[in-house]
Amino acid sequence: MFRAAAGFRKRPGSATLPPMGVSAETPDVLVIGGGNAAISAAITACRLGASVLVAEAAPRPMRGGNTRHTRNLRAMHLQPQGTLTGTYLEDEYWDDLLRVTHGQTDEALARMTIRASAGLVSFLAGCGVHFQPSLAGTLSLSRTNAFFLGGGKALLNAVYREAGRRGVAVRYESPVRAIAMERGAIAEVVLATPAGEQRIRPRAVVAAAGGFQANIAWMREYWGEAAENFIIRGTPYATGDVLRLLLDGGCAPVGDPTQCHAIALDGRAPRFDGGIATRLDSVPFSIVVNRDGQRFYDEGEDLWPKRYAIWGRLIAQQPGQVAWSICDAPAARDFMPSVFPAITAATIPELALALGLDPLALAGTVADYNAAVREGVFDPTSLDGCRTEGLAIPKTHWARRIETPPFVGYPLRPGITFTYLGVRVDETARVHLADGSRAANLFAAGEIMAGNILGRGYLAGFGMTIGGVFGRLAGQGAGEGAARHARN
Amino acid sequence: MPATETPTMPEARRALEICNACRYCEGYCAVFPAMERRREFPAADLAFIANLCHGCNGCYHACQYAPPHEWALNLPAALSRVRRESWVETIRPAFLRGLLRRPLAVTVVAVLAFFLVALAAASGFGAAHTGPGAFYAVIALPTLIALGSVTFLFALFAMAASTLAAWRGLGGVPRGAHVLRALHDAATLKNLGGGGGECPYPREKPTRARRHAHHALAGGFLLAFAATCVGTIYEHVLGWHAPYAFFSLPVLLGTAGGVLMLMGATGLLVLKRLADPAPLAAETLPADHVLLWLLGAIAATGLLLLGFRATPAMPPLLAIHLALVLGFFVTMPFGKLLHAPHRFAALVRDAMERGSTHA
Repeated sequence: MFRAAAGFRKRPGSATLPPMGVSAETPDVLVIGGGNAAISAAITACRLGASVLVAEAAPRPMRGGNTRHTRNLRAMHLQPQGTLTGTYLEDEYWDDLLRVTHGQTDEALARMTIRASAGLVSFLAGCGVHFQPSLAGTLSLSRTNAFFLGGGKALLNAVYREAGRRGVAVRYESPVRAIAMERGAIAEVVLATPAGEQRIRPRAVVAAAGGFQANIAWMREYWGEAAENFIIRGTPYATGDVLRLLLDGGCAPVGDPTQCHAIALDGRAPRFDGGIATRLDSVPFSIVVNRDGQRFYDEGEDLWPKRYAIWGRLIAQQPGQVAWSICDAPAARDFMPSVFPAITAATIPELALALGLDPLALAGTVADYNAAVREGVFDPTSLDGCRTEGLAIPKTHWARRIETPPFVGYPLRPGITFTYLGVRVDETARVHLADGSRAANLFAAGEIMAGNILGRGYLAGFGMTIGGVFGRLAGQGAGEGAARHARN
Repeated sequence: MPATETPTMPEARRALEICNACRYCEGYCAVFPAMERRREFPAADLAFIANLCHGCNGCYHACQYAPPHEWALNLPAALSRVRRESWVETIRPAFLRGLLRRPLAVTVVAVLAFFLVALAAASGFGAAHTGPGAFYAVIALPTLIALGSVTFLFALFAMAASTLAAWRGLGGVPRGAHVLRALHDAATLKNLGGGGGECPYPREKPTRARRHAHHALAGGFLLAFAATCVGTIYEHVLGWHAPYAFFSLPVLLGTAGGVLMLMGATGLLVLKRLADPAPLAAETLPADHVLLWLLGAIAATGLLLLGFRATPAMPPLLAIHLALVLGFFVTMPFGKLLHAPHRFAALVRDAMERGSTHA
C-alpha cells in the first residue's frame, strides 16, 4: 500500500523500546484519530467520567489530521454570537447544503447537524479556543463561519490542553494495525506504537481517523492513473487504514468513493500538506484552459465561495489533470495570489511558451474569448453583467478582455481535501453494520463519516462542523456506555 | 527603517510570503495586518515589520507550516534576526556596529573600565560615612555629575540617532494621535497578547508571565529613573544632599523601582531558561541575557547600597553600583535596549499606516 511520501514521517522501527507486556490495556473509550472530531469526542467522554485513550497516527508536531489546516466552522446562530454577525437559521443553512450537494444528502442527519452546530462555538470556547473576525479576503463568510484565532493548529493546541487537563491519555505515532470485531462489537484494537505492538480492549471505540485521500493506491482504484496527479492538500496520515479495517470488518459503507472535497490549487504545490497557502482564487477573474489550450467550463458561473469546491473535480477530469489560469495585469490584482510567483509574459504566445502550452492554440482561445466579451460594469462582489456571447462554453460573469500586458498565468491542479466514502452512522454517531444492525460499541465522527451528509459538493467550514457535532455525539455515546457499564 | 538588504532578510521574506498566502494569524498582532498591506517586502518594510514583532511566538505555535513541515516556517525567529540586523545597521557612530554582536564582552569591558575609574576617583574606603554628603566623601560630586551626564547624554544621543536613521527609511511625519496610539500599544504590550491577551510563553501554553515580568522590569526601571530625577532636583535645586532618609521620595521611588527591576529581571531570566527554543533565534539571545543580568545587578547593588550605606561596605558598593550604571549607559546604544525606541517607532509607523487605511 502506498504510504505518505512526506520526508518527515517517522515510521516506528523495530529497534525502538521492547514490546510492552502481553496484557491488553482496557480504557473505557479508545478514540482513533487526533483531529477536531477525535479530541471533541475524547473531551466529551471524559467529562462523562470515562477513562479515555487517544491513538493518533501522527507524531505530536503533525497531530490533528486535516484540522491543522482548517480555519473556520459553519455555525447556525439565531442572533449575532461572538465573531458571527447577523443570523444564520436552520432553513437557510439547509438550503445552502441542498444546493451544493444537489440533494445528495440525508435530510434528517443534516438538519440534526445544522441544529447542533449552534453549540459548537461555545463548546470550543469552553475548551480555550479563541475566535477572530472573518479573515480579510474571505468573501462574505463573516455571517456564516466562525474563524479560529490562529487557525486549526491553534484550535488543536487548545483542545489537546483541555483533554490533557481532564486526564485524557494521548499516544502519538500509534496507527491502528488491526481491529477485531465479535458479534457486532469491537473486541480489540491493535496499535503499532513506537514501543511496539499494543493490544487495547476498550469498552467503546470512536473512529475519527479521517478519509483515505492520502492513500494514492486506494485513490487509483477509482481514478486510475489520474490519481497520480492529485495533490493532497492536508495530512499525509489520512491513509484510510481504519476505514478499510471497519469496512472489511462488516461496517456499512456510505458515499460514492470518487466523491471528495477537491479544489483548484497552484500546480506547484507540494504533494502533501500544502494547506491553504497553495490555494488559488484566480478562476473567476481569468479564463482556464486545459493542456490543449482550450477552455472547458464557465469560470464565472457563480460567486467563488459557491464554486471553488467544484474546480478540483473539473481539473481532475481534464487530460493530465492540469489546467492553466490566464489573465492580464489588471485582473491579477483582483485575487489573492498563491504562495508561488505568477508566471508573466509580454504577449499571449510568449506566456504560452512559458507555461508549456501551444502558443497558437492559446492565442486563438484568447482571441475568440476577447471577441465574445460584452461590455458591462465589472463588480467582483456580485453577479455582474460582464459576460461573453456566442461561445460554446460561455463565461457568464466577470468576463473582461485579456488585453493589458504583462499577461499572467498560473498552473492549476486538483487538490484533494478529503474523500466522502465512509461508514454509515445514525443520528447518535453509532455505526451501522452491513447486516442492517448497529454496532454495539462503535461510533464514528469526522471525515470517516462525512459522506453520510455530503454526497457531493462542499460548503465552506462544514467539515469542521460535521467533525465537531459528531465528535461530541460519539464521545457522548461512547462515554455514556462506559459509565453505564461502570455502574452495573 | 534602513533600506539596506541584510543576509537575514531573504528568509524573513520567504516566511512572510507564505504567511501572506495563509493569513490564519491575522488576529494575533499588528505584524499580520501590516504584512497584508503589502505584497512585496523591500528591506525598509521588512525592518519595520520585524520591529513590530514582539516575539510572543503565538504564530509559531499556531503555524501549520512550522517544522517538521517541509516549509519549516519560523516567522518569530526570522523576524528576530532581521530585527537585530536592523539595529546594527542604524548604530551611530557606524564604526561601533560590531559591538552589538558581542554584548557580553562589550558590557564586561565597559563595567570593568568604569569600576577602575571609580576606584581611581574614590577615597575613604574602610570607613563608614554618614550624614549629608556621605556619598560625595567617597566620590566627589563633580566627578559623579561629569561621569553620569557624559555617559547618559551619549546614550541618549546615540539611541536617538539610531532611531532616526531607522525612521528615515520609511519617512512621513506622525500626528499626535499616532504617537498616542503607539504609547497605548507600548504601555499595554498589546502586541504581546496573541489576540487572547496571553502569549504562548515560555512554552506552548498561553500565559501572562512575560507581560508581567517585562512590565515589572520596565516599570521598575522608570521608577528608578524617576528617583534619580527627584534626587537631582533635591541636590541642585533644593540643595538637600544625599543620602536621603528611608521614607524620602527619592529613596521610596528607588527602592520600589529596585525591587520591581530585580523581580522583573529574575522573572524574565527564569522564563528564558524555561522557554521553548524552537521559535527563538539563538544568536539573538546573549544580548537579551546580558541586559537582564545588567539591570538585575544594578537593582541588586542599588538595594544593597541602601541597606549598607551606613557601614564600611558603602564605598565599594558605591563603586560597583556606579560602574554598573555607567556601563549600562555607554552600552545602551549597542545592546538589547535598542528594542525600546525601535519598537516604539514601529508602533508609530503602524498607527500611521492604520490611520491611512481607515481614512
